[in-house]
Amino acid sequence: MKNISGDQISKIQVKDLNLWFDTKHVLKDVSIEIYEKEITAIIGPSGCGKSTFLRCLNRMNDLIPSTKIEGEILLDGKNILENDIDPVDLRKDVGMVFQKPNPFPKSIYENIVFAPKIHGIEEIKKDPKTGKEKIVRRKPTKEELDQIVEKCLKRAALWNEVKDRLNKSAYDLSGGQQQRLCIARTMSIEPEVILFDEPCSALDPIATAKIEDLLVDLRKDYTVVIVTHNMQQAARVADRTAFFYMGDLVEYGPTKRLFEKPEKELTEQYLTGRMG
Amino acid sequence: MMLSRKNKERMFFWLFRGCAAAVVAFLTIIIMFVIVNGAGTITWDFLTQNPMPNDTGALVSGGILSPIIGTLMLMGLVLAIAIPIGVFGAVFLVEYCGSYKWSRYMWMTVNNLAGVPSIVWALLGVGVFVYYLAFGLSLISAAITLSLMILPIVMVSTKEALEAIPSSIYDASIGLGATKWQTILHHILPYSASGIITGIILSLSRAGGETAPLLLTGVALNATIPLSIFDQFQALPYYIYMMTSASDRANAYPMAYGAALVLIILMMIMNLAAATLRSRYREKYKW
Repeated sequence: MKNISGDQISKIQVKDLNLWFDTKHVLKDVSIEIYEKEITAIIGPSGCGKSTFLRCLNRMNDLIPSTKIEGEILLDGKNILENDIDPVDLRKDVGMVFQKPNPFPKSIYENIVFAPKIHGIEEIKKDPKTGKEKIVRRKPTKEELDQIVEKCLKRAALWNEVKDRLNKSAYDLSGGQQQRLCIARTMSIEPEVILFDEPCSALDPIATAKIEDLLVDLRKDYTVVIVTHNMQQAARVADRTAFFYMGDLVEYGPTKRLFEKPEKELTEQYLTGRMG
Repeated sequence: MMLSRKNKERMFFWLFRGCAAAVVAFLTIIIMFVIVNGAGTITWDFLTQNPMPNDTGALVSGGILSPIIGTLMLMGLVLAIAIPIGVFGAVFLVEYCGSYKWSRYMWMTVNNLAGVPSIVWALLGVGVFVYYLAFGLSLISAAITLSLMILPIVMVSTKEALEAIPSSIYDASIGLGATKWQTILHHILPYSASGIITGIILSLSRAGGETAPLLLTGVALNATIPLSIFDQFQALPYYIYMMTSASDRANAYPMAYGAALVLIILMMIMNLAAATLRSRYREKYKW
């Protein structure tokens, strides 16, 4: 699935997505295409539905009772809102980093190995009788877990800071380090898409800059969708930006174009600070 | 007369200090009273012999071995029955019960049950376990009755411990593709363990100190150490009660104080164990 310009591959296609919490219509006819190995930013004033939209992409909204959802969300062409999709499996492909750093109150090491431990490691084995290949899951070995920890922490630019204290509590880390640990932890499930829900809102400018550098670096391997209330952040890191207002997707396009020449009146008002 | 702000502050400070001191003072007086009156009774024989009749046939000699063993067995059974049901019941209601309305009704029921007097539980025990299910007057009848009595306490304290875990932890685990059960098993339960254990120990202490439900469901003054859960048994609170109502007060009262001291020490050991476990979990999972 290529887009018009022919160089990007579509990763997620959202078609006419509507969502209600009880009787409140939170997302209205949202249609958007998110491209592989790009950073897509979602901006908009508080309560515009941007976080809710993000949480649709890995079905975290399933956890909230009385949610009604209509429309389609195609991940690699498959509708993840279908009943036969197990949200637990989906969340292994679509990882999430939350607003407040939320490491487990365990050691740094334990934080990273939790997911690989519960999911096991996939291996293709041949059935000796039928000769058929099948995927089996087995418990990871200690060496494999060590490797995963090192790889993920390095990828999240945290390894050098914590390699000597992997068994110390994650709560001893600073806020920015905790958030990078959460990013490392998300990478331990080897997702294809990583969702960031205002990942820097609880961090100071220096920690924020580190996370932003990391985001740009992650773009090489992952499709990144980030919700942010910080327009400069969107302008700095995102390839494309979507502007949400009161549950509507008002405008969506390449970040530069959207910031410099917004097509919609609402977008311009928001970007210039006259509204929001 | 208007008090100055400073004097007002001072007055309330002393008032509160007085209240705190009163609590500590009463507790100290009670414990000292039991120690002074009971310590003399506690000998090796007192702890290792069953209650025995004296020359007149009243059960005021010997020791309190069978009441101690009876109480320990009772608490062991209550632990085995009430704790799994209470803890997992609360886990279900907090984490799984999808319907908000339903779980609210359930918790309303649980809270009301916590207020039912112990003698009413005793009546239920007699009716259901002793006669209807024909367990007879026995250790098991008493243990189930006590378990039902403390279930609400276990459930409410478990609920509070579970709800103290921030939902961000839950999100983190679910977001990594863990199932609900994996999240509960690996995160929610371990992190709330210190709170859950506190509730368990408190309710066990309550069960160990109850008399009324036992009276109707299975204790007997002349019972020895039970060999099966269908035997009658002795228990410390009941023993104390019987000693204080014996006619041979000169001999019986020291025995009652001795038994009371042992019961207090038993509870203290349990609370100490709870505190140790709690701080170990706090240390392990800092949050």
